[in-house]
Amino acid sequence: MDLTQALEIASCTDPGMVRSHNEDSIASNAASGLVVLADGMGGYNAGEVASGMATTVITTELQQILAGVGPNQIDPQTNQEIAARLVRDQVLKANSSIYQAAQSQPQYAGMGTTLVLCLFFDNRVLVAHLGDSRLYLSRGGSFKQVTRDHSLLQEQIDSGLITAEQAKNAQHKNLVTKALGIDPSVEPEIHEYPTRPGDIYLLCSDGLCDMVDDADIGMTLQALGGNLNLAAQQLVQMANDNGGRDNVSVILVRVLREYPAARGVMAKVFAWLK
Amino acid sequence: MAKLILSMDGLVLKEIPLAKERTSIGRKPHNDIQIDNLAVSGEHAVIVTILSDSFLEDLGSTNGTLVNGNPIKKHFLQNNDIIELGKYKLKFVGEAAAAAGAEKADFEKTMVLRPSAMKAAAEQARAMAGGGAQAAVAARSTAVQQAAASAAATGIADKEAKPAPAAAPAPAAAPAPAPRPAQPLGAIQLISGANAGKEMELAKPLTTLGKPGVQVAVLTRRPQGYFITHVEGANRPNVNGQQIGAAPHPLKDHDVIELAGVKVEFFLKG
Repeated sequence: MDLTQALEIASCTDPGMVRSHNEDSIASNAASGLVVLADGMGGYNAGEVASGMATTVITTELQQILAGVGPNQIDPQTNQEIAARLVRDQVLKANSSIYQAAQSQPQYAGMGTTLVLCLFFDNRVLVAHLGDSRLYLSRGGSFKQVTRDHSLLQEQIDSGLITAEQAKNAQHKNLVTKALGIDPSVEPEIHEYPTRPGDIYLLCSDGLCDMVDDADIGMTLQALGGNLNLAAQQLVQMANDNGGRDNVSVILVRVLREYPAARGVMAKVFAWLK
Repeated sequence: MAKLILSMDGLVLKEIPLAKERTSIGRKPHNDIQIDNLAVSGEHAVIVTILSDSFLEDLGSTNGTLVNGNPIKKHFLQNNDIIELGKYKLKFVGEAAAAAGAEKADFEKTMVLRPSAMKAAAEQARAMAGGGAQAAVAARSTAVQQAAASAAATGIADKEAKPAPAAAPAPAAAPAPAPRPAQPLGAIQLISGANAGKEMELAKPLTTLGKPGVQVAVLTRRPQGYFITHVEGANRPNVNGQQIGAAPHPLKDHDVIELAGVKVEFFLKG
């Protein structure tokens, strides 16, 4: 099902004010309802390689598969929708590609990447993430973080060692506890949420949320929601105006209208015709 | 890396980095730190360093080992501890302090922690959290140090290919966000329409003007000053009678903005 009419996507990525190259990588495909953002890490250009591999492997593979099957088809093996399994499989595939490259080529040793991925289908969004790249949702007047970081800081907040307020000034914001390509196996966190027309989803690397307050990000989406491209550029600019100490990447997705999956007799006929 | 500073009678003799897991101290030449003095035993003491923690152990020396004036058998070394062997003094400089003096770790860049190291560190932190705030702070800093050390040990390269960070500075010393340059506050005043004369300060990073669905522009506050940008609508706003382009347009004091049939004046407040 082609979602070009249902989703508006805008993105922007920038090396920031301090770093010489951009290790973030973004990819999107409105037709398949897929957006992916990765923040790479590793010496020299290994970070770029890792994040680039993650976005490329995942988008090309998923796009191909989704051209043939609907994400809401029932998997005969598990009796569940195949979307989550498809996404998980591709994330694992990207993980092993990066891991093997890191193992076999000394200049890539230790490289890895965070990941946040959204797959929109059937009035829902499936979210998979690893590390500290985030998904936010702006709906109506509210703006909230959807994903929970896999980071040392988040674990400390959860265990009550520090408050969210103290976390803002913490020193070790950058230590993530899960990432793609570091270990031979990894388990992405996958959730599914219903979407509504008018929702704006924001995928961003830590270069944005470390430099700009959540309240300011929310206000920007509220104020500039009418012009997604401008909103994306504005967010990157705000991060750079505040110091831009890391690469900044944002992807904005607005749900324009409902996009229920085709069901019933017609769907069966179409499936049979294929 | 932690280090020892060897001195006698207040005179610094040398600095010794604790690079090895086991650093032996004694009079005999095979020791890592040889102190050729009869008051020092052949094999006097040993320092075992695990990640960022160093432990001093006396090896049954004749004259004993003092730490901060107290005789010890085994001791968990803290920053600035003074170890005494006879007339010789060894000052222990912890990893965090040593690193602060050297290169400061880059804490903006994303690094991954090994989950195994993580759990150990987090558990230790949790266990010590019970022992009061002081302990919690100490635990946290050790956790981070261990984590950073293990991240380094497991070969997580950092982005700029600098040496992997040796240690985390104390959590209290958070990096101050880049200070915003002093910038005059802007405001707008309506000069036409029903609410003429009404004034609004532009304190927020961005303020929208206009009617949604008809014509909307945004005023952004940046370190360089204020800018107006067209957001939506068929027509772009006018500034001083000239229609602005698609790019952000810088605003000067007393510029007149016209959009959605309303005129407003932009001005800077003293």
